[in-house]
Amino acid sequence: MGITQILFWFLTALVLGSALMVIFSKNPVHSVLWLIVTFFCISGHYILLNAQFLAIVNVIVYAGAIMVLFLFVVMLMNLNAETEPQKNKWLKFAGAIAGSCLLLVLVAALKDTDAMRQEVLMKTGDIGLIHNLGMVLFRDYLLPFEISSVLFLSAMVGTVVIGKKGD
Amino acid sequence: MTINHYIFLSVALFCIGIVGVLTRRNAIVIFMSVELMLNAVNILLVAFSKMHYLAAKIINPATQAGIEGQLFVFFIMVVAAAEVSVGLAIIVMMYRNIHSVDVNFLNRLKH
Repeated sequence: MGITQILFWFLTALVLGSALMVIFSKNPVHSVLWLIVTFFCISGHYILLNAQFLAIVNVIVYAGAIMVLFLFVVMLMNLNAETEPQKNKWLKFAGAIAGSCLLLVLVAALKDTDAMRQEVLMKTGDIGLIHNLGMVLFRDYLLPFEISSVLFLSAMVGTVVIGKKGD
Repeated sequence: MTINHYIFLSVALFCIGIVGVLTRRNAIVIFMSVELMLNAVNILLVAFSKMHYLAAKIINPATQAGIEGQLFVFFIMVVAAAEVSVGLAIIVMMYRNIHSVDVNFLNRLKH
């Protein structure tokens, strides 16, 4: 068992554990902090796959910008008290059962397929480097890139319109 | 590592997100669970891109096969950032109107 395997299992355990903590913590601030841990571990997975650009973008965009936004909203609403009213116990139970049934079905369906034995290239391979990604992005995917700027503009306008104090 | 490790990792992460959406009633935590599901898909896309790259590399060492998978992860992150900003604005507006982020109070369309 090499260092790559050890790192993979360590990061996997950390991702799943902190994701479980996200949905089971009572306090929303704790959920946000656990979600930051999850995103850092997912970045670790990207580095393990040598997708360095995505690892950095994941840290900057998710763990940086989006989580700060979440934390800001949680603090703004003063939700850090544990005031969440309890849902019906049976409804919670049914949700957990439904989720685990989906997990069971997916795992059972995917367990024995032949394509599952293919190897994934870890640690090497240069398609994840910013040079190659940038070349393809600005040569073949220039139009989607420009359209995403329009998407951001419309998201910004929508946010301002929704968040405006009025009516 | 074979691809099935990554598939099972992302299936597990996706199901954790689904359980979070179904069991919590705080709108912000539901939103965070949706982010978890998006990230499960991102991990799977990157893993498949590296798998495809390895398979094509044996035939042609200078190939760039599989790079689209990583580009789509980039675009998913772009869309997720826009989605989060709009969604949090909606949650703030909801809090301003009903002074709670409990999704069970959002039943006005039922009456």
